[in-house]
Amino acid sequence: MFRFIISRVLQAIPVLLVVVTITFFLVRVAPGGPFSAEKAVPPEVIKALEARYHLDEPIWQQYLGYLNDLVHGEFGPSFRYPGRTVNELIAGGLPITAELAFYAMLVAVIIGVCAGVFAALKPNTPQDYIPMSAAMLGICMPSFLMGPLLVLVFGIWFEWVPVSGWGDLPGDKILPAITLGSGYAAFLARLSRGGMLEVMSQDYIRTARAKGLPEWVVVLKHGLRGGLIPVVAFLGPAFAGLLSGSFVVETIFQIPGLGRFYVQAAFNRDYTMILGTTVFFATLIVLFNLLSDIVSVWINPKLRHQLREGK
Amino acid sequence: MSSSIPAAEILEYAEKGTSLWQDAWIRLRKNTLALFGLGVILTLCLIALMTPFIAPYGYEEQNLLLGAAPPSAEHWLGTDIFGRDMLTRIMYGSRVSLMVGFIATGVALAIGVLWGTIAGYAGGRVDAVMMRIVDILYALPFMIFIVLLMVVFGRNILLLFLAIGAVEWLTMARIVRGQVLSLRRQEFVEAAVSLGLSRWTIIRRHLIPNTLGPVIVYTTLTIPSVMLLEAFLSFLGLGIQPPQSSWGLLISYGVETMEEYPWLLLFPGLTLSITLFALNFLGDGLRDALDPKASRD
Repeated sequence: MFRFIISRVLQAIPVLLVVVTITFFLVRVAPGGPFSAEKAVPPEVIKALEARYHLDEPIWQQYLGYLNDLVHGEFGPSFRYPGRTVNELIAGGLPITAELAFYAMLVAVIIGVCAGVFAALKPNTPQDYIPMSAAMLGICMPSFLMGPLLVLVFGIWFEWVPVSGWGDLPGDKILPAITLGSGYAAFLARLSRGGMLEVMSQDYIRTARAKGLPEWVVVLKHGLRGGLIPVVAFLGPAFAGLLSGSFVVETIFQIPGLGRFYVQAAFNRDYTMILGTTVFFATLIVLFNLLSDIVSVWINPKLRHQLREGK
Repeated sequence: MSSSIPAAEILEYAEKGTSLWQDAWIRLRKNTLALFGLGVILTLCLIALMTPFIAPYGYEEQNLLLGAAPPSAEHWLGTDIFGRDMLTRIMYGSRVSLMVGFIATGVALAIGVLWGTIAGYAGGRVDAVMMRIVDILYALPFMIFIVLLMVVFGRNILLLFLAIGAVEWLTMARIVRGQVLSLRRQEFVEAAVSLGLSRWTIIRRHLIPNTLGPVIVYTTLTIPSVMLLEAFLSFLGLGIQPPQSSWGLLISYGVETMEEYPWLLLFPGLTLSITLFALNFLGDGLRDALDPKASRD
């Protein structure tokens, strides 16, 4: 187990290095410098700006310097907001995005797992078809459609909840969380249905039933443990999706989180901001994938066994 | 549903000996939802191809006096704020959306199948290196990279194809490699080797055709995710640029005015959702038909 964790951590390092390198050079070869928007700037000012941001050094030196900054947790200054660093922008946006992602995940896991397990209990009956059709709808309805439709119906027509904002009015977190979570709820429903279907046909479930255990004990105690393994493995990659989903949801609901910063930085060509947030996102995603890998091995006796056998 | 095929027909097939494809077609035909999906997709493709001839109005035709009007006998899906016919705009948008879906998937297909076959057939160190590259790329946050690419290199439709295709080939490569690994040891490949066929001929004539089943299934499931990605980028303003139009772009315009003119959001949204629905149903159906062993997760 320990060796497995170490080897996975060691695998994550080249991934991060590749991310940083690709992003860094992509941003540097991008046409149009960060200061080309200001037209009537005298050359001396540009020179001073370039010196300030180390743009006058050779590119390999800039790259090494950037790596050095990263190792020290510095993501660099923002070109767009002078005097502010990417770190400050991340520190401002991250708690909001994290909170949104947390609620969305809560929505996804509760609705998704319940629907999936419920459907798996009576496969190929209406109890299966109805939640699974709803799940298909959730998968096919992109968040940028789901969000506005929810706003239109519940925010504008019924006026039950605020249409935008974050933490200003009571209830304004409900729609963003549902918008972001619904697609994952649908995926989780399909995954947990598949997992449960497989587990419920195993011998040990038959044994549990033969012992005369009540059905809910069989499902919740014996079935769920094995049935949810695919769900746990999906949570890591889902997190990456939540981040990019937050681009759309934060834009729709005007939430001042990281996703909205990122999209704005993309439009403003705020290169250091893009670079910094990309590296930051990538680190988070690699970390979560790592975590979900380790947890899935940890909770799955079969995988643990394979590991001990020396694979 | 299961009894919809006459016993005589099954017997007839059984006597002739059914090929993989006939067998799959029999199974697919029993799947109403998948057939519905196939029908929708074929109809949409036909409409997209014929749009310049059958669109009720011109693409740029405005009617400023009319403005944004709800659906009516003249404009079945209403008009936008410039009085442009929504049905016409959705039809022209379908050309771009479907094209992105098919071409980007084609790019992914080409890279993935080649990569997977070579890795699987070569085996050993080549395989290890090639699959490690796939592993590393897998871990990259690609959504973010596409946004980055679109920002850095401008919002170019060709680049969009490449960027999306470059993301989606990874799973394809893994699937194909797995297939090739198991095929490689089979007798017909050994026979081909002993006949003195070149490696390339073996790959082209014997290995790739045998991986077609899973590849077709996965391709069908990739198209909707590619279309979703395009719509997502266009919605953010980083994908298709006006005057071209795609469903994602129409949705993002619709959102701006949804309070006053909800039909401008509803109709493009509905079109996109139905298309994605149909493709997913078709993909699931094909998976059941071509690859009965694969579990439905």
